[in-house]
Amino acid sequence: MHVLARFFLFGYLTLLTFCSAAPLPKNEVRVAAASDLTFALEKIAKRFEQLTGNRAKVSFGSSGNLYAQIRDGAPFDVFFSADLEYARRLQEEQLALAGSLYVYARGRLAVWTRAESGLDVESLGIKALQSSSMRKIAIANPRHAPYGRAAIETLRHYGVYENVLPRLIYGESISQAAQFAQSGAADAGIIALSLAVSPEMKASGIHWEVPEEAHTPLNQAVVLLRHDKRATAPAARRFFEWVSGEYSRSVLRSSGFVVDGLTNEVQK
Amino acid sequence: MNWNAVRVSLELALTTSFFLLIIGAPLAYWIAYSQKRWKFLVEAVVALPLVLPPTVLGFYVLIGSGPRSPFGKLYQQLFGSTLPFTFEGLVVASCLYSLPFTVQPLAAAFSAVDRRLMEASWTLGVSQWGTFVRVILPASLPGVITAFVLSFAHTLGEFGVVLMVGGNIEGVTRTVSIDIYDNVQALDYAAAGMTSAVLLVFSFVVLALVYAANRQIWKLWPAPLK
Repeated sequence: MHVLARFFLFGYLTLLTFCSAAPLPKNEVRVAAASDLTFALEKIAKRFEQLTGNRAKVSFGSSGNLYAQIRDGAPFDVFFSADLEYARRLQEEQLALAGSLYVYARGRLAVWTRAESGLDVESLGIKALQSSSMRKIAIANPRHAPYGRAAIETLRHYGVYENVLPRLIYGESISQAAQFAQSGAADAGIIALSLAVSPEMKASGIHWEVPEEAHTPLNQAVVLLRHDKRATAPAARRFFEWVSGEYSRSVLRSSGFVVDGLTNEVQK
Repeated sequence: MNWNAVRVSLELALTTSFFLLIIGAPLAYWIAYSQKRWKFLVEAVVALPLVLPPTVLGFYVLIGSGPRSPFGKLYQQLFGSTLPFTFEGLVVASCLYSLPFTVQPLAAAFSAVDRRLMEASWTLGVSQWGTFVRVILPASLPGVITAFVLSFAHTLGEFGVVLMVGGNIEGVTRTVSIDIYDNVQALDYAAAGMTSAVLLVFSFVVLALVYAANRQIWKLWPAPLK
C-alpha cells in the first residue's frame, strides 16, 4: 500500500515541478468573468484572438466566487465583475492595478418564460409573475449575486414582492437561474437580459425587458489584476484596452448591455 | 450557524437512509444470493453513483423529473407539483446518490452470514422471509448499521446534486453544504468556517463510531456461532 502512496506522491511532486517551471506564454491572457458575460465575452475574445494572435482564456463564474478565488491567488489577469463592489475591493486590497478600474457596461434585467407557458410576458410585464401558473420563479441568489438583488428590488418596485416571494427559487449564479427557467424546471426567471437574448434562450422563450428605473443600476466593472512575481503581460493590457474599443462595445450593446452614458465616477 | 440548514440536512439524511434501507435490503439480498450470470451488471449499476460526478446525477434528475419529461408529467398529475426544488425531489436525488453506500455494506454482510444457519432455519420450516428477518438480519446487524450510518453521512455531505436540483430555498432545500457555499460566496468566512468545523467534527465522530462498531469495541450483539 505505501509503495502505491509513494508512487502517487512522486507523481504529484513531479507534476508540481513541471507546473511551476513552465514559462508563462507572453501572448496569453487569462480572464475571469461574471457569468452574465457568457455569450458576449466569447465573441469579444474570439475577435481579439483573430486580430492580435494572442490567446484569451476565459473562465466564467459568479462574481463573488471569482473574487474569492482571486484573493486566494487564482492566476487571472483581467476580472470582469457584475458588481462594482468586488472590483473596487480588489483595488483597495492592492490586488488590482491602481486606477485600472472602470465601468464598461450596465446590466439589464429581463423576465423570461418558455414560449409554451402561454403567458404573454412581453405585454403583461411583471404582472405575468402573479399568474397562478407560475409556481416556481428562478432568480440569482440575492445574497451574493447582483442580478438577484436587482430582481428583488424590481419585485418590490412593482409591489409584487409578497405575492412572488413564496415561489422564488435561487440559482447560485445568474446563469443557473437562467438554466432553471430554460429547462422548464422553473416556470419563469428574472435573469440578465444578456442571457435572455442569447441564441438558445431566444429560440425557446419570450422575455420582457425590465425598465432600468425599477432597480439600482447594475454597473459592471473591469479591473487589471496585479501579480507579485511578474509584470502584467502585454497581452493582458491589450485585452483590457480591447474591451473598451468600438467592436467590444457594439457586441455588448447587441447582447443586452447598456454601454452609453455610463457613470464613471467610481474611483472614490 | 444556520440551524434551519442543519435541520434540513438532518431530515434529508434521515429520510434518505431510511428509504434506502427499505429499497437497499431486497437489492442487497438479491446481489448476495442470486446465481444469475448477469448479476455483475446490476452490481455495476448500483456502484455507478460512486464514480459518476454529482453533476451528472443532478443533470439527469433535473431533466428527468422536470415538467417536460414523461416521468415529470406523471408526477405532476399525481401530486400536483414537480420534483425539482422540493424536499421530495432532494430525497429522490439523494437516494440515487447514496445507493451504493447502503447496498454494498448490506450485500457484504448478507453474504458473510453462515450458510448453515440459513439452511437449518429452512429445514425447520421457516419461510424465506422469516429466515431473513430472524436469522440473516440479526447476524448482519453490524452491516446494517454501517449501511445506515454511511448513507446518512454521505447524504449529509451531498453538495453537487443539491446545488443542481435544490434551488436553495431556506428551510426546504438549503442544506448545510449549500449554506457553507453561500457564506463563502457572500464572503462571510466566519459563518462558513463555523459550519464547516461543525460538519467536520460530526463526520469524524460518525466515521469513528462506524469503525468502532466494525471492530466490535462494544459487544452489541452475540458473537457468531461456530
